[in-house]
Amino acid sequence: MREKTEKFVVTFRTTAGAIAMERACHAADVPGRLIPVPRSITAGCGMCWAAPPGARAGVEELIVHERLDVDGLYAILL
Amino acid sequence: MIYLDNAATTHPKPPGVAAAVAAAMDGFGNCGRGAYQDALSAARVVYETREQAAELFGCSRPDHVVFTANITESLNIALFGLLNPGDHVISTDLEHNSVLRPLYRLQKAGTAVDFVPADSNGQIDYEEFTRLLRPQTRAVVCTHASNVTGDLTDLDRIGAFCRSHGLLFILDTAQTAGVFPIDMERQQIDVVCFTGHKGLMGPQGTGGICLREHVEIRPWKTGGTGVQSFLEDQPMEYPTRLEAGTLNSHGIAGLHAALSFLKETGLETIHRREDAMARRFYEAVRKLPGVRVYGNFTAQERAAVVSLNIADLDAADVSDELGERFQIATRPGVHCAPRMHRALGTERQGTVRFSWSYFNSEEETDLAAEAVRILAAEAR
Repeated sequence: MREKTEKFVVTFRTTAGAIAMERACHAADVPGRLIPVPRSITAGCGMCWAAPPGARAGVEELIVHERLDVDGLYAILL
Repeated sequence: MIYLDNAATTHPKPPGVAAAVAAAMDGFGNCGRGAYQDALSAARVVYETREQAAELFGCSRPDHVVFTANITESLNIALFGLLNPGDHVISTDLEHNSVLRPLYRLQKAGTAVDFVPADSNGQIDYEEFTRLLRPQTRAVVCTHASNVTGDLTDLDRIGAFCRSHGLLFILDTAQTAGVFPIDMERQQIDVVCFTGHKGLMGPQGTGGICLREHVEIRPWKTGGTGVQSFLEDQPMEYPTRLEAGTLNSHGIAGLHAALSFLKETGLETIHRREDAMARRFYEAVRKLPGVRVYGNFTAQERAAVVSLNIADLDAADVSDELGERFQIATRPGVHCAPRMHRALGTERQGTVRFSWSYFNSEEETDLAAEAVRILAAEAR
């Protein structure tokens, strides 16, 4: 397994919300990728956006600007 | 075969649609059911198709585009999810059974329903909407074009009526999506129901609903969504609210290719071409002895549909003769529009419907008109 490092994670209430985040981040050149939601956040299922901590400001700005359907924001070791 | 049954389903499809479906079947995982590349490929194409549909219909949010199996499913979801016992809804005699049968079922459960009547040429009086208004009126549901005559309804006028009286406007675009511009915001349409396989020229098994923000439809089914799995109820966020179960991402990939073709070609180009061929046919047959054409051809804009009868011949016999002898595909009967045929006085004879797409030709159109001329001459 890879060594865990701190990540900034965004969860969504819909798959459409997750894909909208990916598109917005790619368009704005904000780093990160979609991953399965880790159990430390919720034992449900679905995708979340995982980004390096330094991308947090850019991600949060996109969430507001693009009215993205976000469920929660987390700083966790992944 | 000369295919003139495009009001039932367009055929052939644009280049690239079948290839997109095949590529999706080879390359897609399940949209929203994993974060690995094949599942993401499906989810990305599905989302892009939501964006395309939102742009096409003037829907402000891609996540308010919901995918269904067809427009009948879309209309059922909208009508049963919005109307309650005690509500009143106004519709028209122009409707297809995809609107009528849900309304009749709602009527039995206590929703009041009124229909704006059509006259003997299939025309409606818009003042009737006002006359039918009640304090309990909640919505208007109607088609954008009669699938029998091709006559359009006036969306601007109905939208303004709905907005001025606080009514929901639910629109059936089965005969117009992909050919006529539809703008939910400008035309004040709350719910646009569409099918993927007619004017949008995508695969059968695709359809959807575009919603204005704040339109709250009760989920008609519940089940797996790939998100919020410990919630006992269906998640209430769109589009997941109305999309329990695996989406038809293979078909949606084909719809994506079809919508790309529409955008590249342009709706105006498509409409002008279809309209020119339908009017060419109409002009060639309208004065033939014994031929009666239904609908209003003085209208500047109409769908590319021509419904006719030859003398008192059974429409089914005429359509069969066209198919077997002339290899021309048409649709006879009442076209799932019983109230319209009752208004036209054709509930027993039916009509023979010819309908064009962008991919028909003038030569095919002329051959169809010549076949009608021959059959009309033989009927005398």
